[in-house]
Amino acid sequence: MTSVIDWETTPNPVKENRAGIIGKAVDRYEGPLKVTGTAPYAYEVEPPSPPAYGVMLSAPIAKGRITGVDTAAAEASPGVLLVWTYRNAPAQGPRPARYDFFTPSPRPALESDQVYFFGQQVAVVVADTLENATAAAALVNLTFEDGAKAVIFHDHYDEAVDPPGEKDVEIGDFEQAFAAAPVKVDDVWRTPLQNHCQMEPCATTAWWEGDHLTVHTSVQMVRFAQNSLAETLMLPHKNVRLLTRYVGGGFGGKGSFYEDLVLASLAARELGRPVKVALSRQQMMHGTVHRPATEQHVRLGATPDGVLTAMSLMTITHCDRRGNFTEHASNFARNLYAAPNRLTGHRLVRLDLPVASAMRAPGEASGTLSLEVAMDELAEKLGMDPVELRIKNEPPTDPETGKPFSIRQLVRCMKEGAQLFGWDRRLPTPGQVRDGRWLVGLGMAAAIRGNFLLPAKASFTVDADGVITVKQGMTDIGTGTYTVLAQIAAETLGVPLGDVRVEIGDSELPPAPGSGGQFGAATAGSAALDAGMNLRKAIAELAVGDAASPLSGGDPAQVTFQDGVIAIANRSERLSDLIRRNRPDGLTADGEVRPAADAGQWSSHTYGAHYVEVAVDPVTGEVRTRRMLGVFAAGRILNYKTARSQLTGGMIWGVGSALTEGNVVDARYGSLINQDLAGYLVPVQADIGEVEAIMLDEVDDKANPMGIKGVGELGISGAGAAVANAIYNAVGVRVRDYPITPDKLLAALMAAGR
Amino acid sequence: MRPFTYERATDAAAAVKSAAETPNAKFLAGGTNLLDLMKLEIEHPNHLIDVGRLPLAKIEDTAEGGLRIGAMASNSHVAADPRVRARYPVLTQAIVAGGSPQLRNKASVGGNLLQRTRCAYFYDTSKPCNKRAPGSGCGALEGLNRNSAIFGASHACIATHPSDMAVALVALDAEVEVLSPAGQARSFPLMELHRLPGETPDVETHLIPGELITAVVLPPPPKGGQVYRKVRDRASYSAGLASVAIAGGRMALGAVAHKPWRAAEAEAALASGASPAEAIGAELAAASANGRNGFKINLISRLVPAAVAEAREPGRGA
Ligand SMILES: Cc1cc2nc3c(=O)[nH]c(=O)nc-3n(C[C@H](O)[C@H](O)[C@H](O)COP(=O)(O)OP(=O)(O)OC[C@H]3O[C@@H](n4cnc5c(N)ncnc54)[C@H](O)[C@@H]3O)c2cc1C
Ligand code: SF4
Repeated sequence: MTSVIDWETTPNPVKENRAGIIGKAVDRYEGPLKVTGTAPYAYEVEPPSPPAYGVMLSAPIAKGRITGVDTAAAEASPGVLLVWTYRNAPAQGPRPARYDFFTPSPRPALESDQVYFFGQQVAVVVADTLENATAAAALVNLTFEDGAKAVIFHDHYDEAVDPPGEKDVEIGDFEQAFAAAPVKVDDVWRTPLQNHCQMEPCATTAWWEGDHLTVHTSVQMVRFAQNSLAETLMLPHKNVRLLTRYVGGGFGGKGSFYEDLVLASLAARELGRPVKVALSRQQMMHGTVHRPATEQHVRLGATPDGVLTAMSLMTITHCDRRGNFTEHASNFARNLYAAPNRLTGHRLVRLDLPVASAMRAPGEASGTLSLEVAMDELAEKLGMDPVELRIKNEPPTDPETGKPFSIRQLVRCMKEGAQLFGWDRRLPTPGQVRDGRWLVGLGMAAAIRGNFLLPAKASFTVDADGVITVKQGMTDIGTGTYTVLAQIAAETLGVPLGDVRVEIGDSELPPAPGSGGQFGAATAGSAALDAGMNLRKAIAELAVGDAASPLSGGDPAQVTFQDGVIAIANRSERLSDLIRRNRPDGLTADGEVRPAADAGQWSSHTYGAHYVEVAVDPVTGEVRTRRMLGVFAAGRILNYKTARSQLTGGMIWGVGSALTEGNVVDARYGSLINQDLAGYLVPVQADIGEVEAIMLDEVDDKANPMGIKGVGELGISGAGAAVANAIYNAVGVRVRDYPITPDKLLAALMAAGR
Repeated sequence: MRPFTYERATDAAAAVKSAAETPNAKFLAGGTNLLDLMKLEIEHPNHLIDVGRLPLAKIEDTAEGGLRIGAMASNSHVAADPRVRARYPVLTQAIVAGGSPQLRNKASVGGNLLQRTRCAYFYDTSKPCNKRAPGSGCGALEGLNRNSAIFGASHACIATHPSDMAVALVALDAEVEVLSPAGQARSFPLMELHRLPGETPDVETHLIPGELITAVVLPPPPKGGQVYRKVRDRASYSAGLASVAIAGGRMALGAVAHKPWRAAEAEAALASGASPAEAIGAELAAASANGRNGFKINLISRLVPAAVAEAREPGRGA
């Protein structure tokens, strides 16, 4: 097994960064294709012969069963090729009792007459055109028997259980310390159910050649989807080739896959012709996964000089009836602040709602909305600056486990952020700063998000033109994977960026876990670095062993790689010349990465600090963000442009979480009410004034061979709390029920006599 | 979406003739509302008469000193017109408070007036809705109805009219010009275009079926300040929670009723010297909350005095 020590090898081209390509803000590899609309997303992929089109129907009840099926009119409708419900859908692999995130297992579609949640897919119509399929879908007549359902989270707290295999974590004696604490905060926060709202809905184009299936679909995890699909179709894994070249946003919502993939595959087999199926925007809201709502109880106890003596964050959340997912909103609190007495944990309520699962920064995104506001409240009670309070409670080692930090620059993030933002201009008493009809406030919050490394492989090939091709079954969900893999290859092999090709998103390529949990770049990139190093070795050995090479007879360890030229001291030749002579078909090397056996000895996280300025109209309760600054410490940054875009994207999402986003459940129907982007409000351009993300210089040697970490989920963690704190600083009232919409803020203002 | 036929009308007379002759036909202008509703199976016309290219997009001075705005003028075009900006700033402010630039480029004046409610239950065909499916009931009445009406609602429907532009037009005392299916032109106050829901929320206007809106006519600008204020969850691309248009002594409220709501009580109170707070208090005496929309009453009682004060600032007039 590897140890983190083994990662400290030389040479390490990523760390040496001789050509300066690592970190550089280079444009996206696939950018031109995307901005010209020529990147074929799954639904746009042209199959080998004209496709048929499937349209799915969704259940209009939350719980019960299908009692009647009448598809005669739909079947007789022009162009219709097949209509499937549970009654005639092909046999598929059986669904396991509960799904788990990383184990592939069958996900059968249209499996029975049972309806488990509103919007569950219950039928599919396939026709020669999308229009004919759509028209026919309206003619499918299903009747339902509506069963008793539990859908309102707050009404079922008494049914809350410990999440499977989990227990509360208590250190010291929290209750006693809290009771004894001279200064306390004790409040409850609520966060709503949220939808991912990816720009690209889930979609699939599928076709068969004999008993081999090719599917283009939109998922985050290539191998997981390939294997699960094969098991659903009861096929050997190798008979399924799954491609996902471009993904228009995932955010956790495409960690698994949905009926579009299964039904397109089955219908293509049945019809002997390619089939395309996509979810509508409305189907995306119910028919995929969501971030569940939470209720979070925070209790903080401190001494009058601001030392935390007791800290607790307890979360109640929900998942679907057959589900297993827990929104771990309390977890990050275990690693953030020092406090000798601590209590954290979760309770789970199972409801007849659609499936709950991961959404960008699962846990942190919701949890920071309570604890980081509670810290602001505590600072006010103590008469301390919120930054000072946090610095005062900075732990020397991990506050729960006592492990050393791999590296932790939270305090530096807070200090540099305070200076760059002009935090000293904040007036501690709320409601003091007016700008026309607006009251202006400043707020801050800390950011933290875990760091992970998973096993992955990659292969590099150099061809006779000196072009390097990177191959990896990895995904780019808009994050910049293509680009950073190209940068790693260019720097490792000493070739210009323009001489690198990247092939990802294909189950036939060396497997990588995909995109999620902000582990993508570290995991995929580390495997790529290893492949690059192995290819360097192979090239060096080829050169020194080739009598025709100027490097002949040299020491392979001395070979350098720069500008497409290989050299030993002043003996050199072009890489392409070497390959053309010896390996006209190209030379390939493989690489892989595995988590270090001793990685668990360190507490490894990414950190940051958010600073926000908001304006609040105290007459109407409207809030507008004016300025946001995030300062982050997340290991070595591979590309300042794509990383910045990840971080600011997260920060903007934080604004949405604080101010506008959330879906509401109508108890009568068990359905979500906001079903499109006119009703489910994500921030738009006009909501975000200035936004900037700064990344500190950092290398985390314990994280992986490149010393990098993830940034995809760090930016959202804490951002919404900073907005909420800024609102308080502007107007002096708090709303603890997110999102903080004008109606709620107005009620709080009026209750405070304003 | 269901199959339908399509024609592009060559002139207004041909358009209304075709509408008269084809059952279940609809005019199509910018399509920003109608096409969405068709895709969602909320509207299912058999036939679309595209009026988008009719020569009705001009903005002309009238002999009376006002403006005639063609029904096909785009929302962006109207908002940017120098005469509108100088003399009817409330109209520009209201239009740019609606939708997004892309929508306003496509949306027409006629289509904006006749756009349908944004009630979430109207949009979800699995729910009862008397407006979409008469007689099925009102899903919003006991549902999540934060954005429903506080004036003139009925037990059959509590939806609001979502247009911002129309609120300014009511405050400006605009007239609407229409052409009937028989080819007859008539005009009437825009305030009388929309109806309250009553027992038939599916019937939204006083137009006769197949009647085409050809223009909106503005009288000369009123004396006094003009202002449009819209309160919304996010800064752009979002329906109003409440809005107010003030043009001199006239006032209209948006997002509070099944139609742009002329605040006649408030106008009268202001005219007789009441304070803005008293004036809007008089208007709100007739308001009633429906579940979750009670905040609108508070919101308007705070918003309107602020807007009146703004309208009285120097430089707010035409
Ligand atoms: C996401 C979103 C947000 C929006 N936000 C706002 C907002 O904040 N404020 C706001 O005011 N609006 C808003 N809108 C609505 C937008 O303003 C309307 O969609 C637009 O004005 C409709 O104009 P159109 O020309 O596209 O109409 P169409 O969609 O073409 O037609 C709408 C209706 O009017 C009828 N019609 C059109 N022209 C005529 C005519 N000349 N005579 C008779 N009947 C006619 C059509 O038959 C149809 O029934 C929003 C729309 C969307 C999609
Ligand atoms: S309020 Fe009107 S539009 Fe909304 S559900 Fe009720 S009847 Fe339909």
